[in-house]
Amino acid sequence: MACEKYKSIDEAIALIRPGSRIMVGSFGLAGYPKELIEALAASGVGDLTIISNDLGAPGEGLGKLLTNNQVRALIGTYYNWNPEVAVANNEGRITVQLVPQGTFAEAIRAAGVGIPAFFTPTAAGTELALGKETRQFGGRDCILEEAIHADVALIKAHKADELGNLVYYKTARNFNPIMAMAADTVIAEVDELLPVGALDPECIVTPHMFVDVVTMRKD
Amino acid sequence: MQTIPEQLAKERIAATIARYFDERARNGQLFINLGVGIPTMVANYVTAAGIYIQAENGMLGVGCAAPEGQMDHDLINAGRTCVTETPGCSYFDSATSFGMIRGGHVDATVIGAFEVDEHANIANWIIPNGKQLGVGGAMDLVSGAKQVLIAMQHLSKSGKPKLVKQCSLPITGIAEADMVITEYAVFAFDKGQLVLREIAPEISVEELRTITEADFELQLGGDAPLHKT
Repeated sequence: MACEKYKSIDEAIALIRPGSRIMVGSFGLAGYPKELIEALAASGVGDLTIISNDLGAPGEGLGKLLTNNQVRALIGTYYNWNPEVAVANNEGRITVQLVPQGTFAEAIRAAGVGIPAFFTPTAAGTELALGKETRQFGGRDCILEEAIHADVALIKAHKADELGNLVYYKTARNFNPIMAMAADTVIAEVDELLPVGALDPECIVTPHMFVDVVTMRKD
Repeated sequence: MQTIPEQLAKERIAATIARYFDERARNGQLFINLGVGIPTMVANYVTAAGIYIQAENGMLGVGCAAPEGQMDHDLINAGRTCVTETPGCSYFDSATSFGMIRGGHVDATVIGAFEVDEHANIANWIIPNGKQLGVGGAMDLVSGAKQVLIAMQHLSKSGKPKLVKQCSLPITGIAEADMVITEYAVFAFDKGQLVLREIAPEISVEELRTITEADFELQLGGDAPLHKT
């Protein structure tokens, strides 16, 4: 059987409209969908909200989208690896919403599993709790955090089968499996595409139900 | 008071924490998370077999830094250093990773700090100078890990005390610090009170008070001298 979800990198990126909320798996330059990001940068599609842990490095990885002025807003946890983010924020060219990393991960997971919001002790009493509802549970202050959903998720997996089941590679897994559950359209860039049955069912991390498009670099 | 060169200070702090972990792991397993900088150096000194290092980017059983020529850029710790696997290590997604932390399954985290105050408040995520924009896992770690150890040099680069009466920088968590380890001393928070547990031979208690803005009580045991590094 052929892979009915297969699209070329460019066909996949053509699904992204200006103004979209785009979730991207990454931790620094580990585990991010390199070919998709390069094609998104080349497409020039703008006014994007990028939801990711960080923004790569200046002009590298996700950093390309900011260098290209394609970004309107960022939602993420850590931008000190790309100083261009603070500059753009100071100049008012973008807005940045900082979220503690564990809350960020859980908010994405929550969106994927149909939980609209949750209480967490993380960040209670800090600047990042300002304006958020606070309640005590077990004598501990907790703040209300809302789920984070996206229009499109661009994720990086190691291998897919032709149905779109996914497995990952080492710490390139990071946010990819949870983002694969939290967007309307999920596009997975993979290194290898295998026949159905080639992946051990016990080892599949992302079942194909969550995956809409499978793409890979054409060598 | 004798000043301690920076490299020696850092090594001593890391070795002191490692000694503490080795002692705790003597009768079982210990799951720890190490921040960037001095905290990462703790891994070089621990010797107990039951100590497992968790990295919040999704790995349990983190090994030593990868040697030149064997670096895999998809095998990193949360400081983006290429690391190695240990037998029995595992990988997982970020929500599971922070579930381990928030869920109280990680026994201890070691982190650096700009300031810690006498109410055990920690400031370690931002200096609001317009150049920094990131929190990472700092807030999740201090509120989630069962024990929070602060590894920091006693004075800032400009020579100011970092153990203060009240944090002046934005805090990472309220009353979350459990221990503070510097090159001169080991402090613990005991029922909300900062106490001195160990002191280095290069300094007297009176001298330590002059470089420590926070008030502290004495609770010196003496069985594990700080200078044994």
